Amino acid sequence: MIESIIHAFLTISITFNLLGTFSLHRFPDVYTRLHGATKCTTFGTIFAVLAVIVHAIWQIRETGDPKYLQMMLHSLVALIALMLTNPTGAHAIAKAAHLSGYKPAKAVIDAYERKLRGERA
Amino acid sequence: MIFTEFFYGAIAIALGAFITLIRIMLGPSVPDRVVGVDTLNTLIVAEMILLGAAYDRVIYIDIAIVYALLSYIGTLVIAKYLQGGLE
Repeated sequence: MIESIIHAFLTISITFNLLGTFSLHRFPDVYTRLHGATKCTTFGTIFAVLAVIVHAIWQIRETGDPKYLQMMLHSLVALIALMLTNPTGAHAIAKAAHLSGYKPAKAVIDAYERKLRGERA
Repeated sequence: MIFTEFFYGAIAIALGAFITLIRIMLGPSVPDRVVGVDTLNTLIVAEMILLGAAYDRVIYIDIAIVYALLSYIGTLVIAKYLQGGLE
């Protein structure tokens, strides 16, 4: 029962991480690549940490070793750090790419460009 | 003692990291490579957590926390450098 929960979480994690890496090759420009890669890898890592947490709780109940409580709390802290820093870094990369002159590939309307020039978006 | 399911999960995520490395080598512009490096950092954090669970070592997960925070600082520095100054 618990092993099948761990296997399901790991399968979801691997699927979304691999989808995120394939999106780096299938999308045309920087912004769409950032969209695919950041969201998919963050979601996949959430499920990897959930698998580790379920495993640690199971090992606490089996063995009673306090090392597994430490493993659970520290992987939770790593997940929180990743969830705080990942969208912020993606935002910084997108803004820097636009300000350094890389335009979206097939875009019809560029609202941020209009806002920078002072027009109404 | 190795927990095999976490070890195979770590191998699959390492495969994704190699696919990301191809994009970093091919990438036509500089922001493409930065996006690749950012994705690689997230994958390496997931990989360290899974390997820590597989090999039963908590110290790998501590290193994953430090790696997440430091790679965020690196990404911010490259982004500020690309946009041409602190504005």
